[in-house]
Amino acid sequence: MQTNRIETPVFSADSAAKLEGRIRMNIVIVGHVDHGKSTVVGRLLADTGSLPDGKLDSVRAFCERNSRPFEYAFLLDALKDEQAQGITIDTARTFFKSGKRDYIIIDAPGHIEFLKNMVTGAARAEAAVLVIDAKEGIRENSKRHGYLLSMLGIKQVAVVVNKMDLVDYSRTTFEDIRDEYVAFLARIGATPKFFVPISAFNGENLIKPSDKMPWYKGHNLLAAMDAFEKEPPKANQPFRFPVQDIYKFTSLGDDRRIVSGRVESGSIKVGDPVVFLPSGKKTRIASIEGFHAAPRTEVDATVSTGFTMSEQIYVGRGELMVKASDVGDGKTVEIAAEVSKRVRINLFWMGKKPFSAGKTYFLKLGTAKIPCRLERINYLIDASETAGAEKKAAVERHDVCDCVIELSKPLAFDPIARLESTGRFVIVDGYEIAGGGIIRESLPEEVQSQGPAEAKLIRSALSAEARAAKLGQKPALVLIAGGPGRDPHGPAKALEASLTASGRHAFYLGLDEGSEPQAHEAPAAGDTASGGSRSNLSSESGWDVLTPAARLGEAASFLLDAGLIVVAAAAGIDTEDIKALEAKVKPHSVTEIEAPADAEAATGAAEGLVKEALDRLRAAGAIR
Amino acid sequence: MQDHLDQLENQSVFILREAYANFKNLAMLWSIGKDSTVLLWLARKAFFGHVPITLVHIDTSYKIPEMIRYRDQLAMDWHLTMVYGQNKDVLDRGETFPNGKITRLQCCKALKTDALRNTLSGEWPRFRLNLQTGKYEIDKNKDPYTGVIVGARADEEGSRSKERYFSPRDKNNEWDVGDQPPELWNQFKTDFAPGTHLRIHPLLDWTELNIWEYIQRENIPITDLYFDKGTGKRYRSLGCYPCTTPVESTSKNVAEIVAELKTGKFANIAERSGRAQDKEDGGGLETLRRDGYM
Repeated sequence: MQTNRIETPVFSADSAAKLEGRIRMNIVIVGHVDHGKSTVVGRLLADTGSLPDGKLDSVRAFCERNSRPFEYAFLLDALKDEQAQGITIDTARTFFKSGKRDYIIIDAPGHIEFLKNMVTGAARAEAAVLVIDAKEGIRENSKRHGYLLSMLGIKQVAVVVNKMDLVDYSRTTFEDIRDEYVAFLARIGATPKFFVPISAFNGENLIKPSDKMPWYKGHNLLAAMDAFEKEPPKANQPFRFPVQDIYKFTSLGDDRRIVSGRVESGSIKVGDPVVFLPSGKKTRIASIEGFHAAPRTEVDATVSTGFTMSEQIYVGRGELMVKASDVGDGKTVEIAAEVSKRVRINLFWMGKKPFSAGKTYFLKLGTAKIPCRLERINYLIDASETAGAEKKAAVERHDVCDCVIELSKPLAFDPIARLESTGRFVIVDGYEIAGGGIIRESLPEEVQSQGPAEAKLIRSALSAEARAAKLGQKPALVLIAGGPGRDPHGPAKALEASLTASGRHAFYLGLDEGSEPQAHEAPAAGDTASGGSRSNLSSESGWDVLTPAARLGEAASFLLDAGLIVVAAAAGIDTEDIKALEAKVKPHSVTEIEAPADAEAATGAAEGLVKEALDRLRAAGAIR
Repeated sequence: MQDHLDQLENQSVFILREAYANFKNLAMLWSIGKDSTVLLWLARKAFFGHVPITLVHIDTSYKIPEMIRYRDQLAMDWHLTMVYGQNKDVLDRGETFPNGKITRLQCCKALKTDALRNTLSGEWPRFRLNLQTGKYEIDKNKDPYTGVIVGARADEEGSRSKERYFSPRDKNNEWDVGDQPPELWNQFKTDFAPGTHLRIHPLLDWTELNIWEYIQRENIPITDLYFDKGTGKRYRSLGCYPCTTPVESTSKNVAEIVAELKTGKFANIAERSGRAQDKEDGGGLETLRRDGYM
């Protein structure tokens, strides 16, 4: 069979090399199993001359030798798993080009068993081609893939009705499928940009108009793909910066404390006021940091960067930094992100076990990871016609639903209609990412019922002043804390030793990161998995249990009442934990000190940290 | 305005920081080749000039000697936590290709896969560079690494094109290609069962040309084995010397390599074409990778 070569061959293991300097677009091909996705891709590669020299002939020869009919799909079978006599070309990301630009095709499996692979592929795409078999018509996965594309945020979709040769290139068949599918997608508010009748196997309407379907006046498939637009830059959107980590690498005399992360949307300049959510802490951008990079005073969306702040506030991974709207400034009016413990979401579930009420999961959005529970299912957005209104107790694998979840701690986010990158999340069940979804809206928190009345402690009659005069010091709590993986314990013990040596009454309290039970249900007792992963101490499984930080606060409050200077050390706690701790030790205040970034640096940094702590204790009047 | 190298850098830096935030026992494999050296440079970008991750090199003892000198020099200059491991038993007994009467693939398995597995798990001794003395000492840390950062690229060959950024390996180091975790919106698999670990691939989206363009832009020090030094030959891909042949090329510097990849004779020839072990059975590299080879 003769193929139409419109470009010189470019496909090879290094085919991407040839594509540099031109505009690239990621396209995903989806659709029900056997509706012809691989044939569409294989034929596009062949017809645009994107295969290495001789590849097509060798596949044909291979088929002949093995008495198998030739199929374009064979071109794409990269791994032994997929084809017994493997032909190794890279396929999961396949490159070809048109006169206009270069395409990276992500071929997503159509079989329902591979939904998570389809989702993985589609989530990387800027546009999609959805394949429907003209003879079989719209099937379950035609629909499921259609609304998943919508949930994944892919707005540019071309629907191709394939295998038109099997229905004698019938205009009526094409239009019936088109009308039915448009009606279906309208229910979820999605509209495909193009409908193209094709025969991939015969190359009809693929890269040039087909004379078999003179009644069709629209774009052929390649022309439709060329008509997709690149996503506009996100720099003009509100500024969102999920905090990935706080770095304070003290080696080689570095004293910068850098808030690191990636700008998800918007832009920010040195001097701009910022707010961290959900903690509400405020400061300004002091500098924009980089390594081996030109100094900059402004960064915008998609840049991985880091900032120093004008105040040394305590924030950690998981907070969302947004721009504070400067009242009176008149220049920037930024829309704040929302903070809530209860949200309405659209969710698709990929887990082996259903998503069910009464069980604790983790929600990951941006860099936040927060325990969550299913409160109720509003309705299922189902692929089959019968379901939809029917109520279910749990979300089964491959279901898509509208539901309400509650979170154990406040989450900072944006509704999906406002911003995409801070409006979507995944849900982790045990060790696995089992669901993904988008946040529709924030809901008011349900009123919590009061717990049983607490037994009252009888306090000492000796006044705090009298005790302080006797001990020659005022009680104080120094909290040496840091994000996951920090070592606050070495410096804390050094501080305790220093205070004791100079005749003060000090007491060290340490909280061991990872010593707390995780919300994971999978590990058996005595399992050390949570110690391997940098677990978040605040991620308690229950809502009613005291967090480790709050328990630390409770213990500290008695020691403070006894007049001691408490040196508490905890890694892997966040601002919510610190709030809980502060509440427990009231009216005593907390002096927060950042732990050094790594265990090795901690040894060297202890001295400086002890000095800082003593200075601050003096300033607070605890010691003289 | 960001160009394609900026975009690749931003994504790789994001992945490296996610790895650092989520794994306590994190290692980065450094083969001394161009890809993992770019990875090391990206770590310095991610952590503002510091490298808070242990670098692990598997020393097959068949590496070209210049590579080892270059490794130790950079480790001293950049204050790296540098560790190496090797399959000492097999080397002592001389059971290697081609003199030890074993095939290339068997040799690769012993010197690379087995050495890697046991070095990562801490079962075999690790040797750590003392930055004060410049000498290697037995590493006291025997904890298994639960996150391993690797410089694999999707365009290298078929099996790598299906990788995830965060790719789980089970107790036997095996990779289940058919049952991989979903990966969407830059949310990665960071939770793992005891005994399993994650391979992390920050360079998945880079091509061979991207690597060289980036080396050129950033002026990254790279071993000069990649350059022609007057013999009309250079290495395009670095491996053990019995199994890696230089290619015919007169590229003497990075700029000439970039030009050669863009327009020259290598534009349509795969990078690993000089690696003999890939050709030994139908899918040599894939067989090795399932077994834990990187």
